[in-house]
Amino acid sequence: MSVHKELENVAPSKLSVRGVNKVFHGAQGKTVALEDINLKVDEGEFVCLVGPSGCGKSTLLNLIAGLDKPTSGKILMDDKPITGPGRDRMVMFQEHALFPWLDVMGNVLFGLKLKPNLTNPERREVAKFYIHLVGLEKFMHASIHELSGGMRQRVALARALAPNPRILLMDETFGALDALTREQLYGELQDIWQKRRKTIVFVTHNIREAVCLGDRVILFSPHPGRIAREFKIDSLKRPRDINDPDLTNYASTITAALKQHIGGSVAE
Amino acid sequence: MKKNVAQEEAFDTSEKLKRFFKRWTGPALVAIVLLGLWETLSRYYDAYLILPPPSSVAEYLWYAIADGTLPGAVLVTLKRLFVGYLIGIALGIPLGMLCAKLKVFRDTLGLLAMGLQALPSVCWVPLAMLWFGQTEKAMLFVVVMGTVWSLIIATQHGVNSIPPIYVRAAETMGSKGMHTWIHVILPAAFPNILGGMKQGWAFAWRSLMAAEIYVVILTGFGLGQLLHYGRELMEMSQVIGVMCVVIAIGLLADKLLFSPWENFLRKKWGITND
Ligand SMILES: Nc1ncnc2c1ncn2[C@@H]1O[C@H](COP(=O)(O)OP(=O)(O)OP(=O)(O)O)[C@@H](O)[C@H]1O
Ligand SMILES: [Mg+2]
Repeated sequence: MSVHKELENVAPSKLSVRGVNKVFHGAQGKTVALEDINLKVDEGEFVCLVGPSGCGKSTLLNLIAGLDKPTSGKILMDDKPITGPGRDRMVMFQEHALFPWLDVMGNVLFGLKLKPNLTNPERREVAKFYIHLVGLEKFMHASIHELSGGMRQRVALARALAPNPRILLMDETFGALDALTREQLYGELQDIWQKRRKTIVFVTHNIREAVCLGDRVILFSPHPGRIAREFKIDSLKRPRDINDPDLTNYASTITAALKQHIGGSVAE
Repeated sequence: MKKNVAQEEAFDTSEKLKRFFKRWTGPALVAIVLLGLWETLSRYYDAYLILPPPSSVAEYLWYAIADGTLPGAVLVTLKRLFVGYLIGIALGIPLGMLCAKLKVFRDTLGLLAMGLQALPSVCWVPLAMLWFGQTEKAMLFVVVMGTVWSLIIATQHGVNSIPPIYVRAAETMGSKGMHTWIHVILPAAFPNILGGMKQGWAFAWRSLMAAEIYVVILTGFGLGQLLHYGRELMEMSQVIGVMCVVIAIGLLADKLLFSPWENFLRKKWGITND
């Protein structure tokens, strides 16, 4: 049965970013958004990118997604260069980017409909599975504008998971949510990450969020966007709770390091 | 459980009826009073040639429906209107998409559309006569000219104001080319396109009436022509009767053609497009 096969975990991919530079020629002249970025992400690893606004986090994510091309350097996925967007890398954007003319089901089905070798009833079944996974089965046919911010992000997560990507790219996905909803989603995301075995690159400017979610936290510094330092978060057990005092200690260490690098304009 | 639902529905309909009466009793009373006043004054002053009483208008409508002239004229007019309107939409949306996508089109057709949309579409009637003579084609041409420019402008504007994130999100899910146009760009631009469709409809309807009053077409006798002959024959009850039909069609079209789409907008986007 094909639905079963479709719902099986796919092997997560590894990523390798090699000497990537990205220069924008905008209205205010030349902006060096990224300079000499080197980064390796292992199969199934959860990596968080943190740094102040404008240091090129979204830019790097777009490059990995294949929505944009580096000015120089290479990005490899499982040792093969990335040439464009693909279903093996799904993105959750800073704004949720759900389609208002489709209901929850329609949004989750969108990517599945573009996936060959599935019949339509199978696609619906797969979509239902992911809608259940994010706990929105009661809202299958709700319009997007009727949902709360947290529910919208859950739909966006289901939509990103549905084509069964190997890599999930998340860009300040929880930034616009209230603290309580966010805490709940941290739990759910860690749970889904462990169940579905994905490589995740997660962008945030919230250091505690990064420590709570990541196996590794990569610090960026701005103008030009560079990798300043990285921290392995290996002494905290999962699932992690954002209010755990150990976690808070860890976050303060990183915040201190970040302040050294950029002179302190970061939310803790 | 089932019983409950049935009860709720029954409650719902009675509630709806109540609301309906509450909403319409006032306006209906005012209308009856005004019509009564009109009837008495018109009879009192014996003003059949200037403003005939509602009863004689009703009488005209009754006979014109019975002998088939009115339904026939409505059909002829609506056919011209719908065919022209659909051609206008079928041309306007793709051309608007081209204008949104390619600078060459934007700087030529887009500007032309901007200019021609400002031209009251009645002004196309003389040109249509010269080009097509007194034919159905002339009528169609006028309706298409009323529709197409509004749609080009609305589509172009709608497509250009879509948040780029929609297209990027679609790309990551494997959508490209025509698929993106049909499944992402057009639906995202729909609120604007619907606005253009409404405006195009209003322009088309007005210009068709003008054209029909202005020009006699031997192949079909439309509402406008009926109005024209009402004047020629000094049949005021015919003139007013046909005007009532024209108003009714305008209101009905708005309800039947656009209300469903506007409800869709309200439901999906949570916006009202009034
Ligand atoms: N399309 C573009 N054209 C010109 N400049 C751009 C473009 N996209 C990004 N930039 C510039 O590149 C730099 C990095 O932007 P980016 O969006 O990657 O920052 P960020 O780290 O995601 O910030 P934030 O935390 O605010 O989202 C900024 O200086 C921005 O102005
Ligand atoms: Mg960003």
